[in-house]
Amino acid sequence: MNALRRHRALSRIWASDPGLKGWFTTVNHTDLGRMFLFVATFFFVVGGILAMLIRAQLASPRSAFLGPDHYNQIFTMHGTIMMFLFAIPFFEGLAVYLLPKMLGTRDLAFPRLTAYGFWCYVFGGAMMIFALLAGFAPDSGWFMYPPLSSTIGAPGINSDFWLIGITFVEISAISAAVEITVTVLRYRAPGMSLSRMPIFAWYALVTAVMILTGFPPLILGSILLELERALGMPFFQVAQGGDALLWQHLFWLFGHPEVYIIFLPAAGAISTILPVMARTTLMGYGWIIAAAVSLGMLSFGLWVHHMFTTGIPHMGLAFFSAASTLVVVPTAVQIFAWIGTLWKGRPAMHLPMLWLLAFFATFVIGGLTGVMVAIVPFDWQAHDTYFIVAHLHYVLVGGFVFPMIAALYYWMPHFTGRKTYFKLGHAAFWLVVPGFHGTFLALHWAGLLGMRRRIDSYEAGQGWETINIIASISGFVMAIGFALVLIDVVVNAVVAIRGSRDPWGAGTLDWAMPTPAAPYNFASLAHVTSREPLYEDPELPVRLARGEGYLGDPARGRRETLSVDIATGEPRYVVIFPGNTALPMLMSAITGLFFLGMLIKAYWLVPISALGVIACALVWVRGLGRRAPEGKLTVGRGLSLEAAAEAADPPGWWGSVFLLLANGTFFGSLLFGYAFLFSIAPNWPPPAYLEPGILPLVLVLAGAGLTLIGPRLDTLMGQGAALVGLVLIASAALPVLSESPDPTLHAYDATVWVFVGYGLLHCLVSILMWSVVGLRRLSGHSALTTLGARRIACLWSDYTLLVALLTTAAIGLPGVLT
Amino acid sequence: MLLAGCEESLSAVHPAGPAAAVIAQLWWVLLGGATAIFLFVAALIVLAWRRPPAETEERRFVIWLGLAFPMTVLAALLAYGLVVGERLLPRATPDLVRVHAEARQWAWRFLYDDLPRLETNNVLHIPADRPVDVAITTVDVVHGFWVPRLAGKLDAVPGHVNVLRIEADAPGRYEGLGSEFNGVGYRDHRFTVIAHDDAGWRAFLQGERP
Repeated sequence: MNALRRHRALSRIWASDPGLKGWFTTVNHTDLGRMFLFVATFFFVVGGILAMLIRAQLASPRSAFLGPDHYNQIFTMHGTIMMFLFAIPFFEGLAVYLLPKMLGTRDLAFPRLTAYGFWCYVFGGAMMIFALLAGFAPDSGWFMYPPLSSTIGAPGINSDFWLIGITFVEISAISAAVEITVTVLRYRAPGMSLSRMPIFAWYALVTAVMILTGFPPLILGSILLELERALGMPFFQVAQGGDALLWQHLFWLFGHPEVYIIFLPAAGAISTILPVMARTTLMGYGWIIAAAVSLGMLSFGLWVHHMFTTGIPHMGLAFFSAASTLVVVPTAVQIFAWIGTLWKGRPAMHLPMLWLLAFFATFVIGGLTGVMVAIVPFDWQAHDTYFIVAHLHYVLVGGFVFPMIAALYYWMPHFTGRKTYFKLGHAAFWLVVPGFHGTFLALHWAGLLGMRRRIDSYEAGQGWETINIIASISGFVMAIGFALVLIDVVVNAVVAIRGSRDPWGAGTLDWAMPTPAAPYNFASLAHVTSREPLYEDPELPVRLARGEGYLGDPARGRRETLSVDIATGEPRYVVIFPGNTALPMLMSAITGLFFLGMLIKAYWLVPISALGVIACALVWVRGLGRRAPEGKLTVGRGLSLEAAAEAADPPGWWGSVFLLLANGTFFGSLLFGYAFLFSIAPNWPPPAYLEPGILPLVLVLAGAGLTLIGPRLDTLMGQGAALVGLVLIASAALPVLSESPDPTLHAYDATVWVFVGYGLLHCLVSILMWSVVGLRRLSGHSALTTLGARRIACLWSDYTLLVALLTTAAIGLPGVLT
Repeated sequence: MLLAGCEESLSAVHPAGPAAAVIAQLWWVLLGGATAIFLFVAALIVLAWRRPPAETEERRFVIWLGLAFPMTVLAALLAYGLVVGERLLPRATPDLVRVHAEARQWAWRFLYDDLPRLETNNVLHIPADRPVDVAITTVDVVHGFWVPRLAGKLDAVPGHVNVLRIEADAPGRYEGLGSEFNGVGYRDHRFTVIAHDDAGWRAFLQGERP
């Protein structure tokens, strides 16, 4: 079979549906990556227009352009859109598009999940846009502090749009993070050990794990605040045992890691692009990985620096101030390793390099002002002024937008298969970068002169007028520059001439394919022996196209790739991917109805759509099981491997592990919130702690025993025992809730209800899983092909019983001890 | 409205009290250090183009510049910040005056320990040149109490009492702001601090209102 016929055969297998239908049924990462990037760019434009409205309003004192009610919606939506609907999804899009290509594989671990996440993002984002256009967008600031964002300060539907819409969008962040984690760990070219992995994949891995552990506190906070708003459960109402500070802790427990979740992917792009621009290899690969990992971990220890003015004791402040300055160290390691890389090589001044220089100039200033506000006394003056506005724009635009534009220009030949031909990009650069500094540099000073953030207008005579008019004019210059970048991209994508395969002379596998990428990425999978395979073997792309790697023979006629050992990159098993399907879009639309029902208080819609989601999930897993094992499959180069469906740790098992990591963080945040209210909130203890007696304890313990032992006997009897155990655990909820009939009385009762609800949800999920496993066995599936499913169900039921035991202790202990 | 409309009436870098003064001094030190570091990094980047390529030592960039350099600078800075922070704490002193600031959307109510029956709205009276502890509370949402020329800001959190030490060097009027976003009336959530000289403060306590 020659290269062209192989290309045709593989294309037939991997191609998305033609025409319009393909948009809705594609599960291909190249398509979905592009779609993610396109939609994220759309939201960047929307957020940018809002920014222009803000600058128009603030250009002169006593402006009558916008009233406070509109202005509050506009700045809230500007922050919300840029953070949740632009930055995170843009990273997801880039990672979805690039990772399989850089890792030398054919798709992400869970193609349908990519699509599901994408559509959740689109539908959730559409909700937010609708609120904006309809004029009841959230208006409490992007960090939504209660009580202002709760029913006291915001009785309308505005806050509900934020809490429900953003939670819906976060589904896409969590699913992309699970996907990226499993892909980086298990889906690489054979031979690509961890130490041979492209640096971008390391950064993506750290970022994804941070999303899994950073977003759950926000999701929990949003759910609690929505429960308070919709049902009167008083988590943040001080009179009934709640505390407004609980929200601030949960929000910033997410919010600070979020900053690094945004910066790290950009750092990954820089570490990839900079050495190529300098015609050398990256300095300090190991150091940079260590720095990224420690940055990720440290960033969870400094959320309180957003709360220096909330009255936290001085020793606490000192600790968090030290942690906040410490985070500079791994950042400095990366910055100086990059500068060292420039010194090591012969840097050329292409357009991506120009944007990287803008990154250095801007991000270093943002980092230095960041150190300033990490010093507590200075923060007491700068907090909530334009100094902070300027600082955060230096960090986020300098640390994310500029590197992403560098990445855009660097990978544009890859996206389009064309040369960047027109020189609009340089003009755009010289509008954006000086425009940016003109907008924000002097605003630091306005903040020190007392200009508070979020005021809708101001009086003349404070020395702010000149600064603001310069900021507004520069802001519009910057906006014109960004528009020019977009025009440049469109023009180049449409009319530029065909380019060569690897125009920058890069060494990573993403350039070892014809561009634009074929739907299957690689005609055969490379065997990797170094960090820059193309430098070692420039002929590699040709040999891969000739089918000299793994899985070059499309005879089996289905989408196949290899899964490798985490550490060594040795091939382990063959993964068979699902084909095109509209199921992910359908499922996310029904998920959207679930959230919509809560939003418009059409509560009848909620259980119906929940059932719809369950039905979709059952159809989803139906395709994964095989009745009988296939045995060894030949994969080329003299190797034969089993299919993933017959492995003890199939991709779904790994996905479950990381989903449970996020889930466990969610539950941990709930425990943290409970402990926080218990120990810090005024108006505790509640009028009475629950004393549900011995019955629920017996039910939970008996159920836990059955749930623990049953799954470990590989018999239908054992699976039945697990089901009975889960039902017993669930039934313990009745006597507990009947003791605490009214969750609106006190934050304690409300918390008990949330604990019980969380436990019941997990009982339900585990019951469904074990039912599926049992039914498969009954319908004649072999023990081997249900092994993976059994172990997945086992993970979830083990987690459920852990939750049940901890919940029992958390609810029962205060009553017993007092 | 003697000083209203004046350039510096809300400026944290034109201090009129000891707390604001040490923070303003901290700012100038921070600005100087940050500028020096920025120029140093910029010079390093420019040099990458200006010099012929040669063997470049990883140790020098990663260990010395990446680890040792920031750790030294940050340790010094942190110590400085802690010392300043300690000086700003509301410690017991003999001539202390205690007042209460109660925030609501969108007004301020002030109460005085020395005159339990008195309340003033949107104007806080204090004696000049004496430390004043402001106990900050709220009756509705989160607010912030900030008199930029006298001290840093501190939030008013429902159910909690936060105490901020302020002090004015000289008699006069100082502008105060609500400094945590609190809804549509945020812009005008302001108040005035009037610092009296000794005689003026005694007169104020005896019921005279300026």
